[in-house]
Amino acid sequence: MVQLSLPKNSVPTEGKTFKAEGAKRVKRFRIYRWSPDDNQNPRIDTYEVDLDKCGPMVLDALIKIKNEIDQTLTFRRSCREGICGSCAMNIDGANTLACTKGIDEIGGDVKIYPLPHMPVVKDLVPDLTNFYAQHAYVQPWLQTKGEEPKKEWSQSPADREKLDGLYECILCACCSTSCPSYWWNGDRYLGPAALLQAYRWLADSRDQQTNERLDLLEDPFKLYRCHTIMNCAKACPKGLNPAKAIAEIKQMMVDRA
Amino acid sequence: MAETRQAARPLSPHLQIYRFTITMAMSIIHRITGVGLYAGTLLLAAWLVSVAMGPDAYASFQSIAGSWLGQLILFGFTWALLHHLFSGIRYLMWDNIRAFELRQADFISWGAAVLGFVAAIIVWVVAFKLRGVL
Repeated sequence: MVQLSLPKNSVPTEGKTFKAEGAKRVKRFRIYRWSPDDNQNPRIDTYEVDLDKCGPMVLDALIKIKNEIDQTLTFRRSCREGICGSCAMNIDGANTLACTKGIDEIGGDVKIYPLPHMPVVKDLVPDLTNFYAQHAYVQPWLQTKGEEPKKEWSQSPADREKLDGLYECILCACCSTSCPSYWWNGDRYLGPAALLQAYRWLADSRDQQTNERLDLLEDPFKLYRCHTIMNCAKACPKGLNPAKAIAEIKQMMVDRA
Repeated sequence: MAETRQAARPLSPHLQIYRFTITMAMSIIHRITGVGLYAGTLLLAAWLVSVAMGPDAYASFQSIAGSWLGQLILFGFTWALLHHLFSGIRYLMWDNIRAFELRQADFISWGAAVLGFVAAIIVWVVAFKLRGVL
């Protein structure tokens, strides 16, 4: 049964406010905080940041807060240029990467939460164990039958082009955790990220396990809980379209039947 | 040895914080109108039963259906049916792998929402005209 509201231990309360003294251009960051150590509900802390002394991206502000205001603030980050997918979070009501989201794109306070409907490890760090397990489930590697060629498995440029828009996924989990269907059935529905990767191998001209791959998805939940809500495609920081990839898989299911 | 205690992990906020998009709203409205159509079909069945039961039963059904509340519910049924129809056409397009570009998806979603409402109004205006009320 779908639970629309948050469990009791997950409802955020109002937290502390950290003022920026003497700052001219102030932006308020309202950030979700939860620590496993103090046995309390999550809270929303407010940090005032002096934009004259801060880089342009939301990640710059988070790093500034951690360096200069509150060292307990916890978040994942690495490449700071949209290629590693570590700093995926919910900013201003939509999932995206903190490093590629400009502070000036957001009017009013900057509200930051962890990726939605996930168990929280600490602050902005969600537990992605299930997400990675679903990725592994679709067996995201080249599978062939018969004899190995002398050199590499060759592919025509036209066939290679079919993988554009699929292979660029950085597994940041923005799409899957933006999907209401994944929120309600994340234990049984594979979610847009895993299904985009499933299609990436179904669409690969070199792969010879097409039927077996489709068998893995033939189930009322794993594939068919996609209702084309389109949140995935809207959230993807790489501009990919998991909803379309899922429609392609559904088409392949029909074609082979 | 010190015992490590793991507090139960909270669930991060979802519906509470996610900004609604037109495609998200249309998805849930499609469901709600779908459920509404079940209820509307029951009304239709009740109307047929009243016809079968004779003039008195039919007259009392008519007086309820003709009240302002009855007409409001019937308008809601009309809207639910037409909205579901136009919204459903989007799914046919998507099943044929069309209109997946974000702008196209938003366009057909807004289009279905507007068409469903306008069509319901037109049906009722025509109905009132035919009865000479308007």
